[in-house]
Amino acid sequence: MKRIIKSIGALALGAIVIATSSLSVMASDNSYTYNYDYWGDVQDSPDAYTVNNVYTATSFGLDMNFKSPQGMFVKGNMVYICDTGNNRIVQLERTGTEQFEVVRIIDSIKGNTDVKNLSGPTDIAVSDEGDIFISDNGNARIVKVDSDLNYLLQFNLPVDSTVSAESTFQPSKIVIDTAGRVYCIATTINQGLCKYEPDGTFSGFVGATPVTFDWVDYIWKKFATQEQRVRMASFVPTAYDNIYMDHEGFIYACAGGMDEDDLDSGAADAIRKLNLMGNDILVQNGEYPVYGDLYWGKGGGYEGPSYFTDVTVFDNDIYVCLDKNRGRLFGYDDQGKTVFCFGGNGNMDGYFRQPVAIEHMGHDLLVLDSLDCSVTLFTPTEFGELIYDAIEEFDAGNYEASGESWQKVMELDGNYDLAYIGIGRSLLRQKKYGEAMDYFELKYDDENYSKAYKQYRKEWVEDHIVIIVIVILAAFLIPLSIGRIKKIKHEIDTADIFET
Amino acid sequence: MAVALGKKFNFQEYIKSLKFALYCITHPLDGFWDLTHEKRGTYAAANTILFLTLLIRVLKLRYTSFIFLTVYWEGINIFLYIASVAFPLAMFVVGNWGLTTLFDGKGRLGQVYMASCYALTPYPLIQFPLMIFSNFVTVDEAEFYSVISVISLVWAALLMIAAMGQIHEFGMGKNLLFMVASLFAMLVIVFILLLFFSMISQGVAYFISLAKEIMFRL
Repeated sequence: MKRIIKSIGALALGAIVIATSSLSVMASDNSYTYNYDYWGDVQDSPDAYTVNNVYTATSFGLDMNFKSPQGMFVKGNMVYICDTGNNRIVQLERTGTEQFEVVRIIDSIKGNTDVKNLSGPTDIAVSDEGDIFISDNGNARIVKVDSDLNYLLQFNLPVDSTVSAESTFQPSKIVIDTAGRVYCIATTINQGLCKYEPDGTFSGFVGATPVTFDWVDYIWKKFATQEQRVRMASFVPTAYDNIYMDHEGFIYACAGGMDEDDLDSGAADAIRKLNLMGNDILVQNGEYPVYGDLYWGKGGGYEGPSYFTDVTVFDNDIYVCLDKNRGRLFGYDDQGKTVFCFGGNGNMDGYFRQPVAIEHMGHDLLVLDSLDCSVTLFTPTEFGELIYDAIEEFDAGNYEASGESWQKVMELDGNYDLAYIGIGRSLLRQKKYGEAMDYFELKYDDENYSKAYKQYRKEWVEDHIVIIVIVILAAFLIPLSIGRIKKIKHEIDTADIFET
Repeated sequence: MAVALGKKFNFQEYIKSLKFALYCITHPLDGFWDLTHEKRGTYAAANTILFLTLLIRVLKLRYTSFIFLTVYWEGINIFLYIASVAFPLAMFVVGNWGLTTLFDGKGRLGQVYMASCYALTPYPLIQFPLMIFSNFVTVDEAEFYSVISVISLVWAALLMIAAMGQIHEFGMGKNLLFMVASLFAMLVIVFILLLFFSMISQGVAYFISLAKEIMFRL
């Protein structure tokens, strides 16, 4: 009895130890760049990006410092920085790897308009023809000017029954498509993105986030009085924080701050990829949803879930999300799998205080910090370039080259799940099913494993069809013939002839 | 519950009683009646079935295809994993016996244990071939696996109910009532155990701190 109690006690103690140890917060301060593996464990990784330089207004050669800059836009070699607090836009040209030169400072426009000075520009977009669209927040308009800043037309408050005509138009972020249509996020408008035709007329809202509410809230609301209802949070779609138009014309939208419960239950979409109809078509095949850090433990200057404030999309469909709350950058591939995570809150190079905008230039990344008034230029390391190489080669159909690149990635980082799956996919395309299966099994990729296994099984059956048929026939015929022989023997034994 | 208490171990009888498990799972009412009333079951066979169940459960971790079961090996404690079956079973046996013995249940503690173990038979019987089968399927065919797996569990659960009814000579309604009551009895046992251990640890902590205090003062 004593021994039983002892062993049960040891068991219970073990259970308590295990239960408490899983509560301890995972510290991920070991390396600058990290990744999440299949289990959601943080895996340190070699740096995918390194800080090339951090620029302030002075290092660009400007006499006035930036003041809470809000927006940034890249077109070719040109970088436009919306210096919102100083009512100007700074246009820079990248002349070398680390060299930026000021082209001009846009603080007023010319031509046929009463209001010529910009007031708190929050975003800018430039079309292929060179026309410039400026979200002129303080003047309640989006203004379109040609490349010499001559006024062409302006976009005003949407004319719609759901929008009060007295309210001020506060456009914050804009994107333009190839046809010259303008999509804009405006503060106080939460019906989605305001869409304008090229001629300046408002043509409707697109891509509103679906309204979610839970049953408890709904029932409470049924019983609440009028005054209580006013004070309760209303079921309205959350307004977008930022938008980006990718090279194919899809709009990537950041839905802003997310409720922790919504993130946990998977109800929240931190990033949405909108098609022309305004539907979300973002692929989320990763083990974890696209919402940044998986653990929101408080400590070390971090608290709460990631808050995506901007996103940029490379031509290889990898998109990088900028996390305002945790100061990090999260790269995802077109399947929604994490490619890299790096950054953090802080004052050192490569860390941020209040990042607001991210843009890419080739494979380089530019991040604008509005509190630090600085622009950080990241360039990919050998590791990062190998990942891009592998993905781009695969998309181009060069599966063998892609496999080789992934092999090099794996040699640099053996804990990098995508490398194994990448090698597997490359082998799969080369019809080396058995080897591919090994790689998929290592990283628990059941979909791809099944694809490979199906082919492997088919090949195996085709190769061994003769043996299989023989075995099946044997399985039927041997018992059958044994039965027949026994029967004959029995008949002989009991035959009348032998009875004499 | 040592193997064949006192008596000399009879291998023939053991094999026979083990084979009787197959009769039990196909003819539960008749089988479980004979199990105790006709003394056709043995503890040795019951122990074997329980051991096989635990063994298959552990083997499954390693040999089931990762499509159906991905194992976080860092988080596996083999003893806890075994206890996750053995401990609830022990609690069920004790809880069920404790309750039924107060309400005209005819089964003794050992018989309840034996019948429970016999009722587990479908688990090793189905899960072992299923484990091998899992390595030859793709995700598209995963439905087969989960359906058969569920069948093995439901079957075992139904057998458990049938077994308890026959052992205690209960009618259907009373039997079901006591199955549910047994679950509550298990909860009570867990509660008392927790209370017990937390009390003990508090007491131990008290004396440790007392000793420490004295050591500091000296």
